Amino acid sequence: MLNLNSTTQDANQTDTCLLSAVNLTCIREERMLFEQLNISISAGDIVQIEGPNGSGKTSLLRILAGLSQPYEGAVYFQTENISQQRENFHENLLYLGHLPGVKGEMTALENLEFNLNLHGINNKNAERTLAEVSLLGFEDALASHLSAGQHRRIALARLWQSRAKIWILDEPFTAIDKLGVEKLEQLFLQHADNGGCVILTTHQDLTIPPERMKKVTLAYRFY
Amino acid sequence: MTPVSYRAAFSLIVKRDLMIAFRHRDDIINPLLFFIIVVTLFPLGIGPESSTLSRIAPGIIWVAALLATLLSLDRLFKSDHLDGSLEQMLLSPQPIFILVLAKIVAHWLLTGLPLILIAPLLAVLLHLHESSYGALMFTLLLGTPILSLLGAIGVALTVGIKKGGVLLSLLVLPLYIPVLIFATSAIDSAAMNLPYNGQLAIIAAIFFASLTLAPFAVSAALKVSTN
Repeated sequence: MLNLNSTTQDANQTDTCLLSAVNLTCIREERMLFEQLNISISAGDIVQIEGPNGSGKTSLLRILAGLSQPYEGAVYFQTENISQQRENFHENLLYLGHLPGVKGEMTALENLEFNLNLHGINNKNAERTLAEVSLLGFEDALASHLSAGQHRRIALARLWQSRAKIWILDEPFTAIDKLGVEKLEQLFLQHADNGGCVILTTHQDLTIPPERMKKVTLAYRFY
Repeated sequence: MTPVSYRAAFSLIVKRDLMIAFRHRDDIINPLLFFIIVVTLFPLGIGPESSTLSRIAPGIIWVAALLATLLSLDRLFKSDHLDGSLEQMLLSPQPIFILVLAKIVAHWLLTGLPLILIAPLLAVLLHLHESSYGALMFTLLLGTPILSLLGAIGVALTVGIKKGGVLLSLLVLPLYIPVLIFATSAIDSAAMNLPYNGQLAIIAAIFFASLTLAPFAVSAALKVSTN
């Protein structure tokens, strides 16, 4: 279920929800991006955060991931505040931001293996995972020799191996071709069916059926 | 979910940082070359008189080591911050303490250790007193990790700032001064055949204090910088 700007009690009462934000207020550069925002996201949800540039989509995602602190309000994983259970929350979280986090000095395979290892995932299938994102043949190429889209693909490859329930993806389709986008959408649906949830921002039209998608719209505020 | 042991996470980061550095050798060579150039220029500028040189040798070697470390500090978090991998590390299920300590250890292996290895050779150029070599090695061995640990706090605080270079020097250099004073004083005492255990003990105390406390300060600073 998903409530936008509803009362605090609603968000607290739902025990089945994976991630909930209560009374979030975010201020950047003396401009209020959003105020008293309540969101609760349950297993099976695919949530798209919409809004024009500068409306606070990235700020919201970073707050949900625990990377930024909100001006007011708190984020809860299941029932507990995320700052109280950092390691547990991070085991269940996969966040991909604007920057792919790929090191140019390492090969595609080394990048993926490092990312998997860091999150405690066995890297035996790393090569097969690279095939999923059409990077077969580029395993041993240094990432600095690859394109922006391929960097993004290296970062996204983690999704296929991830055991995290909550996926927070900031513009995951940037520089990804049409076929790749379709494949990702299928993966999102599959992840939602398996009891996970996906929170993403994108300006592209998606082919995910509307009844499966939930949307949160942030308006651009001038004050 | 199989949790990664602290040791595995630690060695994972150290290996990665060493691998990146070895593929990008400028980062290792640059501070080392700086160290060598500064130390070898002094005899040329001051003149080859051995009594003058051996008098100022401890100071020159330590100041050069300090500035060489400062030169290399930027590498510690800057590139990781710019390409987003720092964010991913902060979001990993391991305690940030472990990750930060691993990065600092890798930094020391790449800058501190080469300085220690080359220092005795350069000390010969400066006619360092024979009985001072032991003190020089001990102070460098205990002192250079302090430079990496304290420097990491400064880098973590300035990593979000576009041009934080000047600010970094202003933040970090005052913290380095106690190490410089006690290290050179230990080497001077050794030259006069006096005991230098006292100075060494103080450097060791600073080392252990920064080893245990700096990673926490760095973690907190990184959280603020990426906010």
